[in-house]
Amino acid sequence: MPGGAGRADVSPHRTGTLAVGLLVATVVLIAAAVASLAIGNRAIDPLTVVRALAAYDDANPLHLMVMELRVPRTLLGILVGAALAVCGGLIQAFTRNPLADPGILGVNAGASFAVTFAVGVLGLTTPGTYVPFALAGAFILTVIVYALGSVGASGATPMKLTLAGVALGAACTGFTTAIVLRDEGTLQVMRFWSVGSIGGRTLDQLTWAAPLIVAGLVIGLLCARSLNALTLGDELAQALGVRVRSTRVWVVVAVTLLAGTAVAAAGPIAFVGLMIPHVVRWFTGPDQRWVLTYSMVLGPAFLLLADVLGRIVLPSGELRVGIVTALLGAPILIMLVRRKRVSGL
Amino acid sequence: MSVIDHGRRLIRVETAHTATLVPVRSVLVCLGLVVVIIGAGLFAMTIGAYEIGFDAVIRAIVDPASDPDVRQVVTEWRLPRVLFAVLCGAALALAGGIFQSLTRNPLGSPDIIGFGVGAQFGVTLTMLVLGLNTYLFKAAGALVGGLLTALLVALLANRHTMSSFRLIIVGIGVSAGLGSLTSWILISVSVEQAMMAATWGAGSLASLGFDQLLPAATAFVVFALLARPLRRSLPVLEMGDDAAMALGVRPGRTRLIAMVVGVALVALVTAAAGPISFIALAAPQIAQRLTRSNTPMGLAPVMLTGAALVIVSDAVAQLLAVPVGVVTLSVGGIYLTCLLAAQFVRRT
Repeated sequence: MPGGAGRADVSPHRTGTLAVGLLVATVVLIAAAVASLAIGNRAIDPLTVVRALAAYDDANPLHLMVMELRVPRTLLGILVGAALAVCGGLIQAFTRNPLADPGILGVNAGASFAVTFAVGVLGLTTPGTYVPFALAGAFILTVIVYALGSVGASGATPMKLTLAGVALGAACTGFTTAIVLRDEGTLQVMRFWSVGSIGGRTLDQLTWAAPLIVAGLVIGLLCARSLNALTLGDELAQALGVRVRSTRVWVVVAVTLLAGTAVAAAGPIAFVGLMIPHVVRWFTGPDQRWVLTYSMVLGPAFLLLADVLGRIVLPSGELRVGIVTALLGAPILIMLVRRKRVSGL
Repeated sequence: MSVIDHGRRLIRVETAHTATLVPVRSVLVCLGLVVVIIGAGLFAMTIGAYEIGFDAVIRAIVDPASDPDVRQVVTEWRLPRVLFAVLCGAALALAGGIFQSLTRNPLGSPDIIGFGVGAQFGVTLTMLVLGLNTYLFKAAGALVGGLLTALLVALLANRHTMSSFRLIIVGIGVSAGLGSLTSWILISVSVEQAMMAATWGAGSLASLGFDQLLPAATAFVVFALLARPLRRSLPVLEMGDDAAMALGVRPGRTRLIAMVVGVALVALVTAAAGPISFIALAAPQIAQRLTRSNTPMGLAPVMLTGAALVIVSDAVAQLLAVPVGVVTLSVGGIYLTCLLAAQFVRRT
């Protein structure tokens, strides 16, 4: 594919095109954010939205709605979308597998198991009380996967990590199902939790997530250059001055922070992490610096648009964003793959 | 007589028409697995509300003059379940071996072409939206859902050439879409109904009798016979289409047969017992490591590994009173983890 030559191609012309493209993507993201603030069960015109943000009046129900419901939802959408898409880009570059998914290191399985444990065994049912469990579950399982994957002298190679993630993730899913099938109360909580959603959170519930995701994004972007070198193979990367082992550790830290926080904050949301970096590579080529930056902008845009669509598509009620991303993403991905080749790394 | 060093000990097996070389290790592994299967099978038949000892189970099977009550419980209620476990395990493992060899990917399984998700969607739709909740309708729902999905994926992926990569992506896409539709149905119905669907989704061998066993076994034998030539042609295909063609294997035809046989084997199990997860993924990998083979595709070792996994899992499932699919996931996952850890340490 033409992108194969893109790695060496650093002509100013190409950089200029990509920069303009990034600007367009940012405009799309802003438009999506405005739509997310304005559109919903009760449409609010953009002017009122701006006024609510600039001069908040808590006597005005529309202002209240914007600040209490739509702003947290939009912010969470941006955070989670960026986290998932960048995480997907990192994991795909890291495992050199263009189809790797952020859940591959067992993040989702760990979080699901911890939430199920909290609900089914410890009896926590109030939404929000199990968020720390999701976070802890995601982090702990990733650490175990990494520990298992780094057994042996060759260290944590992507192949070993992937296999370890799949094996441990499966074991965790088995335990989760065993607990869920024991009583209906647990299933009641889990069937909603397992379809990701960004609605119904207050600003206070987001404050813990923001620093974690921002830290993950920064670490991930800092790894981009080393990841580019790593695609040439470990030996060549080392010869180019990249510290292979420490890069791997940092990538895993970033992936854990991003995917773990995202799944704790919104539940598992399919497809954003898999598809966005994959689609992005079609026009940026394999340079991770561009792939990750584009993903960081287009991930949230896609997630917010999916969420807006989910609010208006049903005559009553709303469709959770985890369902919309899959229903929307699947045809797009299939259409693209029928038109083009897999965007390799 | 052989002067070629094959790098491992082999036995020459000669029949009237064919002669072949079989690695000693595979034979030993197969014998070991048969012992495990028989042992676990007998043990599984002692478990249940009606207490029967180990010796009583054996007597009931071999001695027609033993206590008729015990005989009825063992041969009519518990034996079919054990035989079903063997059948499901063998069928899933064979399907997994075929797909992993076909996609040259240790994580490839029949699920890449969306069969499992399609079957789950079909059953959820049949049970919860159409309200048809009998065994026959559920089996039909699973079968139709799974086969239509597999067909859809194959059609969407088949453009000029059948590339494995495009197949995997289309499979992921279709699975994600259907999976989210299933979740949508699950969160819009009452919790009791969701529980029914979730229980089916975990796969269970309970409530299966000889009525279902005979057609399933016949179908299994037919597809296993169809899979026999794949034992040789698929590993050749792993070397690439050009090499395979030079060696007399037709890639397109082999791939088509492999896919049809693989899907049919999974369909068989899903219709009977629901989705029993992880066997198709784990069994070929475990068999490959046990026999130190260079391909996940194989017949006897792979099928026996699958059968042993399911039968042990089902015994554990009965002890814990959970569906067998839950145990295959947990036990298979833990076992694969240990196997990987051991392998990682060895290959330092």
